Amino acid sequence: MLELYGTEIPSRLLLGTARYPSPAMLAESVKRSQTGIVTVSLRRETAGGRNGGAFFEMIRELGVRVLPNTAGCHGVSEAVLTAKMAREVFRTNWIKLEVIGNHDTLQPDVFALVEAARILSDEGFEVFPYTTDDLIVAERLLDAGCQVLMPWCAPIGTAAGPLNLSALRSMRAHFPDVPLIVDAGIGRPSHAAIVMELGFDAVLLNTAVAGAGDPAAMPAGRLSARACWSRAIWPCPRRPSSERRFSRDARSILPDRR
Amino acid sequence: MRLIINGETQIVAATTLSQLLTALEYEGEWLATAVNGELIHREERDDHALADNDRIEILTPMQGG
Repeated sequence: MLELYGTEIPSRLLLGTARYPSPAMLAESVKRSQTGIVTVSLRRETAGGRNGGAFFEMIRELGVRVLPNTAGCHGVSEAVLTAKMAREVFRTNWIKLEVIGNHDTLQPDVFALVEAARILSDEGFEVFPYTTDDLIVAERLLDAGCQVLMPWCAPIGTAAGPLNLSALRSMRAHFPDVPLIVDAGIGRPSHAAIVMELGFDAVLLNTAVAGAGDPAAMPAGRLSARACWSRAIWPCPRRPSSERRFSRDARSILPDRR
Repeated sequence: MRLIINGETQIVAATTLSQLLTALEYEGEWLATAVNGELIHREERDDHALADNDRIEILTPMQGG
């Protein structure tokens, strides 16, 4: 079973909560996907604070583990403060650390990312860094205290799929014992299949599900929640080692069976 | 007192962070607050005195990827 910072997670699919057609559709997608973790964010609330409150209650009722992020933060101090504020609200040490370096591409500023990761790890956070597929950056993040890495396979929101298979393969080979979660760029079930075949531990989906014609329902041929994804990638190939082209340990994103 | 609240300048009568939240009708356990770049915990708000030109951040949960 997938283990992240000592916590066993019954699914290898993490789901973002942004850009769904409606809150009801989001809730239905979370339920049907059987995800164990949803990502959430913080924003400046206008007086009253009721929008955030309604969302907070809805997420809490879903009963899944929450992974807050620092989306939209552009520097170390902003990301660190946002992480602390997220811990105050969501009462978890988990933080998906995003430090954005470019407003248009949302490419991570990996230098600031490493610095922020070190500060937060020292303060007791369990950091899930959104990073690139660069091996040296990954090493620095591990040195900084991270025990999980969340590399992109393509820039956020592009749905371009794994652009650099060689880099992803290297990453898996260099860090065989570190949970690796593909955080961005997956647009199709086949993309998820490829990275799981490479031996990645989990995938985080948002746009691909939220932007599907009907995120919660599962019409054949569309991107949607669990049924489509699992139909596409399960059973995951587990060929004899001599025949394995990608990984010695391909995985499925379906909930683990006991 | 002149405060910058979530990036907007406002003139308020409140002298503590708790009073400010009440005056602006913020309520609920889902709020996080910071003053001048430092997190102010929920239990510290009653005692946190505000000063002219303080920068207040009030954040709440939202959807995110």
